[in-house]
Amino acid sequence: MYARWVLTALLAWPLLAGLMVLLLPARLAKYVALAASLIEFAISVPLWWTFVPSGGMQFVADQNWIAAWGIHFTVGVDGISLFLVLLTTFLMPLSILGSWSNITEREGGFYALLLVLTTGMIGVFVALDLFLFYVMWEVMLIPMYFIIGVWGGDNRLYAAIKFFIYTMFGSLLMLVAILVLYLHAGRATGVYSFSYAHLLSQVGQLGPVAWWLFAAFFLAFAIKVPMFPLHTWLPDAHVEAPTAGSVILAGILLKMGTYGFLRFALPFFPAVALNQNVQLVIVVLSLIGIIYGGLVAMVQPDFKKLIAYSSVAHLGFVMLGIWALTLQSVQGALLIMINHGISTGALFFLVGMIYERRHSRLIEAYGGIARVVPLFAAILTIVSLSSIALPGTNGFVGEFLVLLGSFRTYPIATALATTGVIVAAAYLLTALQRVIYNPLTDSENEKLRDLTLREIAVLVPLLACILWVGIYPKPFLRRMEPAARTLIEQMRPGAATTAGQP
Amino acid sequence: MTLDPSVYHDLLLSLLPELVLTGWALVLLLFVAWRHKTVRDLRVAGWLTLLALVSTAIATWWLWWNRAGVQGLVTMIAADDFRWVANWVFLGAAALTVLISFAYLEREQLLAPEYYVLLVFATLGMMVMAAGADLMVIFLGLELMSVAVYVLAGFDRRRARSAEAALKYFLLGAFASGFLLYGIALVYGATGTTNLGLIGTQVSVMSKPSVMLLAGLALLIVGFAFKIAAVPFHMWAPDVYDGSPTPVTAFMATGVKAAAFAALFRVMNQAFAHVPASQDILWWLAVVTMIGGNLFALSQRSLKRMLAYSSVAHAGYLLVAVTAGGAAGTSAFLVYVIAYTLMSLGAFAALTAKGRGGESDVLIDDLAGLAGQRPWLAFALAVCILSLLGFPGTAGFIGKWYILIAATSAGQNTLAAILVLTSVVSAGYYLPVIMAMYMKPEPIEAAHVDVRLDRWGRAAVAAVVVGLLLFGVWPNRLFDLARSAGDSVQPAATTAAAPTVKGPLEGVKGH
Repeated sequence: MYARWVLTALLAWPLLAGLMVLLLPARLAKYVALAASLIEFAISVPLWWTFVPSGGMQFVADQNWIAAWGIHFTVGVDGISLFLVLLTTFLMPLSILGSWSNITEREGGFYALLLVLTTGMIGVFVALDLFLFYVMWEVMLIPMYFIIGVWGGDNRLYAAIKFFIYTMFGSLLMLVAILVLYLHAGRATGVYSFSYAHLLSQVGQLGPVAWWLFAAFFLAFAIKVPMFPLHTWLPDAHVEAPTAGSVILAGILLKMGTYGFLRFALPFFPAVALNQNVQLVIVVLSLIGIIYGGLVAMVQPDFKKLIAYSSVAHLGFVMLGIWALTLQSVQGALLIMINHGISTGALFFLVGMIYERRHSRLIEAYGGIARVVPLFAAILTIVSLSSIALPGTNGFVGEFLVLLGSFRTYPIATALATTGVIVAAAYLLTALQRVIYNPLTDSENEKLRDLTLREIAVLVPLLACILWVGIYPKPFLRRMEPAARTLIEQMRPGAATTAGQP
Repeated sequence: MTLDPSVYHDLLLSLLPELVLTGWALVLLLFVAWRHKTVRDLRVAGWLTLLALVSTAIATWWLWWNRAGVQGLVTMIAADDFRWVANWVFLGAAALTVLISFAYLEREQLLAPEYYVLLVFATLGMMVMAAGADLMVIFLGLELMSVAVYVLAGFDRRRARSAEAALKYFLLGAFASGFLLYGIALVYGATGTTNLGLIGTQVSVMSKPSVMLLAGLALLIVGFAFKIAAVPFHMWAPDVYDGSPTPVTAFMATGVKAAAFAALFRVMNQAFAHVPASQDILWWLAVVTMIGGNLFALSQRSLKRMLAYSSVAHAGYLLVAVTAGGAAGTSAFLVYVIAYTLMSLGAFAALTAKGRGGESDVLIDDLAGLAGQRPWLAFALAVCILSLLGFPGTAGFIGKWYILIAATSAGQNTLAAILVLTSVVSAGYYLPVIMAMYMKPEPIEAAHVDVRLDRWGRAAVAAVVVGLLLFGVWPNRLFDLARSAGDSVQPAATTAAAPTVKGPLEGVKGH
């Protein structure tokens, strides 16, 4: 019963709740939205225990939708998507709670959009029908567009339209690629279906057209990740979005790109993805992302922009880990995806909280506030250290696994990527020092209030996760392993069996 | 029910919808001859028109339900599902136009019930065009439609822009008709017939199409391209759309365009399916129209002009379906025409609420803050705009997806890629509308107090929004209809030797 309905319920409930929020009076909106997102989280939590670590899809639901095109409503999760679904349901209540004081206009619309966005995001992660996947991929675009455009900062219109057009550009070419795949599989078998399994079974005989299709998928996902030359929408969107928007953007939306690579681009086109030149290009772009992202972050005067560029660097590690295709590196990449959601989410929350008090995101506006707001300073320190990947925090486990695993495939690139960790320490520790240590020079900062109970309630779950993953990552790795193994087996038959558990 | 057109009774039966509408048109004409002074007369004429449209739709439905078909090859009138579906599109567009015209005519003081008579005659012309299996019948329908629409374009005769629109439309339209007629003459010279099926048979046995036939084909395409406003024959469209009263613009952008497309589709599919040159011409026309329409629309600041150029761009998308051809192309074409009619009419209807005096001066930025004051209207316009953009969850997306399937299954991958890339460009002019409504503050206090639709206008917009969302999520019934219609317009059977591309929708089995 639970297994059959849980994913459908996870998709339907936020939509329903979003409608409810719209219809109820605006002053109730935040309470209803929080309750709804907590219920959503409660529905999703048993997934953690009922999930059986094996390579296949679980909790599958399948329903005929548009028969004329062979479109089904098919959903399911495996070790890759499980954590992304849980991350989504985990971050949503926090985002809603975290927006209570900074969203004061048109609250009903804001919370309703957040809930609709939840459906879109979960839909992307669980869709096993490429039509459904594409619909969900686009559906989440609209709420985010509105969240940035209506509740964002001064330059919000520019950021919103840039975000929209970048994403749409990539996704529409992916749409054509999906159609070509669909027709190819249909002609080969006589069965026209957008089902993931069906298409996957027919990609072997694509021939040279696979290059074009891979390019289309690559573009869509690389924009979302974002990979180096396609990243320019990200700082704008992050900086202009309201706090909840930034948290979700960094925490979940970016993962859609890397998820897309893991789920679609790699298994569909293994020959292209493992071509020497393609590997070279992707590894070089990831490296540029890691190092360039870090260096640009170093010179940002705006704290939010600094975090945005640090995302480019973190996602570079993920891409490196995915393409290295060893068990450790893929698991590490999956873990970084989760860690980045938690740590960067927490950083955006913290910046949002201090911004609400002081109305400045500039690093130089602060200094020495550890004496004024000790609790804030302590949490910011812990979260920053986790983002730098200090041992004992979640960041370390992920980055260590990626570096360890990638070293076997790309020794030189991995050696260079290691410098990225040092760069991360350089920009975050410097920023940390300038914000909370240093002498307290600005008198305005003396009046800052420390964190309220509500804000602590937002941050504590994130801190708990940082320590949990940092100290005892085994439950995560155990659930990821079979899926990672399956992926490697699909890509390099025989390789997964030789790779051991670290 | 098989009809034999050589029998008088059967011939009349196959023309039943047209006869019903003609009867009503005469009734209306009599009515307005007697009563044409007061607002009340205007309203009654409007209701009579709605009645006429509904009864014609029922007559069409009756023929569809009885699976009416015409026996024999040489007929002037086709009786197939394609025609019935096209009829419903025209009648639906006309009915929605009537609904938004009630308040508009009164507000703009256009108190002449002849408006509705012209609307009915134009609709009749469209139906004849979709029914024509002979170039002469198609030409008759085209002229009947065009003459009525020329007058409608200039209906607001006190405004210079409306008069300009009518004159421009008339002069250029007359030229286009001339081209079309000349094309028909040349095709007749090359094949000795004006019947589409016979031309198709003649063409398929020709080893190489003669120069005369190609010249005739080119002139035919020019004539149709003018009516559908394809680049580079679109020059009239923005000015005419801009100057005409907005309900007329909505009708022109949907009904007139759909009719010209239906005729073009039938001509290309039944008569010229085996002339390679026709494919090439249509391919280029589609590419140029998609690129041109979208790029021109990008620089528009007036909402009405933007929608005018966007309708040029959508003509390009529809041309992709025509180029793809085959059963999938036909179904895709019908689905997209239905979706496009709904969303375009909805957008124009919303525009009538905002503007005064022809609406040509409503800038996109003038909608700033509309969502705060008129949330439902803003929502409706946003749905129409997103559908025009081809966003999932709306009928526009389903239609675009269908066209893409048709194009890729016909091997037109480049065309599909150009379609999606130009769709990205279209975000550049559609999104500012949404941005203005939702993300910008009102320019002055109470900027939108007089923005309102009467209850019939609201009903029309609501019907459009419901239709768009319903077809966007649950298009199954629409597909069934479009598919059976698509199968009914295929090239003549004697040409079966030529390889036809197998559509993806034949023999689809559930996974």
